[in-house]
Amino acid sequence: MTTLPPATDKKLGLVIDLDICVGCQACATSCKEWNTGGYSAPLSDHDPYGADPSGAWLNRIHSYEFGEGAAAKTVHFPRSCLHCETPDCVTVCPTGASYKRVEDGIVLVNPDTCIGCKLCSWACPYGAREYDHDDGVMKKCTLCVDRIYNETLAEEDRIPACVRACPTGARAFGDLGDPDSDVSRSVAARDGFNLLDEFGYRPVNKYLPPRKTSVPLDLSETPPPETATGTTAIEKLFAWVDRTLSS
Amino acid sequence: MHPAYSVIFFTVASGAGYGLLFWLSLAALVGAMPGGRWLMVAGMLLALALVTFGLLSSARHLGHPERALGAFSQWRSSWLSREAVAAAATYVPAGLLLLLAAFGGASAVASFAALLTALGAAATVYCTARIYASLRTIRHWNRKDVVWIYLALALASGGLLFCLLLALGGHALGIAGPLSLAALLAAAWLKARYWAAVDADPGAYTVEMALGMPDLGTPRPLDPPHTMPNFVMREMGYSVGRKHAVKLRRGVLLALFAVPAVLLALSLITGLSAPLLVLGVLSAAGGLLVERWLFFAEAEHVSQLYYGLQRA
Repeated sequence: MTTLPPATDKKLGLVIDLDICVGCQACATSCKEWNTGGYSAPLSDHDPYGADPSGAWLNRIHSYEFGEGAAAKTVHFPRSCLHCETPDCVTVCPTGASYKRVEDGIVLVNPDTCIGCKLCSWACPYGAREYDHDDGVMKKCTLCVDRIYNETLAEEDRIPACVRACPTGARAFGDLGDPDSDVSRSVAARDGFNLLDEFGYRPVNKYLPPRKTSVPLDLSETPPPETATGTTAIEKLFAWVDRTLSS
Repeated sequence: MHPAYSVIFFTVASGAGYGLLFWLSLAALVGAMPGGRWLMVAGMLLALALVTFGLLSSARHLGHPERALGAFSQWRSSWLSREAVAAAATYVPAGLLLLLAAFGGASAVASFAALLTALGAAATVYCTARIYASLRTIRHWNRKDVVWIYLALALASGGLLFCLLLALGGHALGIAGPLSLAALLAAAWLKARYWAAVDADPGAYTVEMALGMPDLGTPRPLDPPHTMPNFVMREMGYSVGRKHAVKLRRGVLLALFAVPAVLLALSLITGLSAPLLVLGVLSAAGGLLVERWLFFAEAEHVSQLYYGLQRA
């Protein structure tokens, strides 16, 4: 059924800390590795080692620059399905293959009933859905639905592959519908925000902004590079050589 | 948006087919269809062939066309599903109308079938247009006049075919001539208004909104999340059309509207209908294909804000 549930029991999602993400792509490759063998399998690639590689990825990492000169800032920006509360990607689906789960709010595509019309990808302002040309169906982040409830895995592995792989702890997973959960607390403490909030799909995933730099960088006061000076005989010798060669 | 040929051919062919179906049903309803049973039968067969080839063409762009039956299930929320239901439902009264025209039958039943066929044809084109008009991610499509343009173009292209059919049967165009001309001019006016409006609209969403950190200023893409263009860029980021948009729009105004309108007017004046209308229909068909290609190629998608577009 592609009508949206009026409410979901949980709002499982990700919180991504843009302050500490280093853009290493570990989450993207880990996602690809898990999901090409999991619920979304396969995630086909075309010409992966050739001149025009392409393929379905459920998580992509952009890097953006802001500002100029000393105030410039680089922000690494992971982007995947935000598991919105009121997304049109679900309601436009003609077959009911695209749906939002009542129990945890995860937005999924049923690969057995998807006809590959691509309309859901047109309805997503975040560009989060990618069509698999080999499989003929739409692919998207499943929040690793086949890991988080998987009792055959060790307990610490029952989180999305991207969260498990992140070496800096920039990704967290939890119930954003529970105000007392760790993820909800971090969103409250750090002014977590929605992407393209104005669009009105009410994303569940939240982003934490880069922290304000506490000490502003002033390049005009940068000291000149050190010249070779010293107190020991050998350092004085080198200083003399330096002065002589510089003159 | 990437202009898929299957969808362009589908919307043009099915639009003209449903337009012709509408005109034929209306003529049958008011008892104004000349030429005995065979002109009606020929017209119905042409209309249903256009509709059917269009629908088959649209099924070709699906990843799994063999699962297309599932598309009838979600009419509560999905305009694409409603379109499928309306298209399938219209075959029932249209088929009945065709059989009654070919073999004769109760005129009350034929009138009722004609009424349902006309309503079904209009409803199907309306649903097709709403698929596009309901997508808030694409400002070129998310407009009320998109629906009116689809309806007017179906009426105009179907009207031209209806006039050609009458002329080939050796009949006077009657009221169908001026009405088709009016539909053509109405579509031209709507389309010109549409182009002026989308050109003046800068888009409601910005790259700052997309990244959600307006305090940091305007972002510049540094490293892309891919080595070569990915699905989202190929499907949603097509930009070749915008380069030639001005010339192509002029071509549409000429081929789709001006040439058929002049030829239709000339055929009304001179009575040399058939050869003039053959040219008019061919010109309009070419113009419609370009108009539909532009409808896709010019459309900008909000997701491209993450790939360097400043506003959408």
